[in-house]
Amino acid sequence: MSRRRELLKAVTEPIFEQNPVALQVLGVCSALAVTTGLKTALVMSGAVAVVLCTSNVAVSLIRNHVPPSIRIVVQLTIIASLVIVIDQLLRAFAFGTSRQLSVFVGLIITNCIIMGRAEAYAMQHPPGLALLDGIGNSLGFAFVLILVASLRELLGAGQLMGVQVLTPVAEGGWYQPNGLMVLAPGAFFILGLLVWVLRTWKPHLVEEEEV
Amino acid sequence: MEHLLGLFTKAVFVENMALAYFLGMCSFLAVSRRVETAMGLGIAVTFILGVTCPLNYLMLHYVLQEGALAWIHPSMATVDLSFLSFLTYIGSIAATVQLVEMVLDTHAPRLYAALGVFLPLIAVNCAILGASLFMAERGYNLTEATVFGLGSGVGWALAIVAMAAIRERLRYSDIPDGLRGLGITFIIAGLMAIGFMSFPGIRL
Repeated sequence: MSRRRELLKAVTEPIFEQNPVALQVLGVCSALAVTTGLKTALVMSGAVAVVLCTSNVAVSLIRNHVPPSIRIVVQLTIIASLVIVIDQLLRAFAFGTSRQLSVFVGLIITNCIIMGRAEAYAMQHPPGLALLDGIGNSLGFAFVLILVASLRELLGAGQLMGVQVLTPVAEGGWYQPNGLMVLAPGAFFILGLLVWVLRTWKPHLVEEEEV
Repeated sequence: MEHLLGLFTKAVFVENMALAYFLGMCSFLAVSRRVETAMGLGIAVTFILGVTCPLNYLMLHYVLQEGALAWIHPSMATVDLSFLSFLTYIGSIAATVQLVEMVLDTHAPRLYAALGVFLPLIAVNCAILGASLFMAERGYNLTEATVFGLGSGVGWALAIVAMAAIRERLRYSDIPDGLRGLGITFIIAGLMAIGFMSFPGIRL
């Protein structure tokens, strides 16, 4: 029973309790940059999920064979190779989206979630648990990305996945698109408010007052 | 010259790494509690960006691109290694950081003591890798790459120092519980981003 609970915890904890983006402040760059539309956010979540799970398992498999002094370089090499594969796949099968994501596919390498989980979790746990941790963190990351992207696309352009949901005033409808949401500040505001909501819901996550 | 100056101001203000492209956000949020440390990190990032951007330009044009290896032997002109670009960039960045750390340690111990803790962090700062990728995507030449690297660094440093200064004053304000710390930092970053959006009107 407790074994099963431990396994379950590895998957569910990162979704809300330890959300990588909103609470651990990992991988914020891409969470903000690719969320102008739902489609790019979905592709990004998928790419990060694949890289995160694979790298967690790979790092966990070799954790007893790597000397501590060069472990960062080894981890970086594994992650970079995985990202190259993802980048080539995206270019081959989803060229338009890969253009839109531009440099942010490459930046998955320096996405702190992946390095952070490899260093903090996969180095100490067996491959099975590391895989579950990878899945959990990918879900947590995808949750934030999809939420922020839906809000930004819906409020900023009245669309979801490129389909018009709210008809804008310019086309004879009633919705006045909020241009700020598509721009950089909108992403910051939504993420800030999201952190506020999460912490009001789970008060023990509130930060201590600084002295 | 005018063109380079324009590129520099554009990299500092209009296309600010942190506030317009969200690059280097992790350290931007984590290390912006004190102005002093923010300044240290800002200087380190600017320095590394100024070195790695032209370095990766050379890597791209003399090793990776299709035909780039022609200087070794004409028969190598068909080799295209550009799929290795990510691996090469991150490798040269990590190597530069290590090198800078060693040089500073022996020749400028005081600066090393001030920056020491931040240097290893920089290797995985996405602003550094991002600048190299932008440089490759936009096809800058060597001078432009250097100017762009330095400009992005200065812009990032400016943003983090300003953020730290605001957060130091924030200690005296009464913030709702759930918003304290990370939440309010995001909102401030948003307001700063609005401020930086007024710069595109400036032309040199």
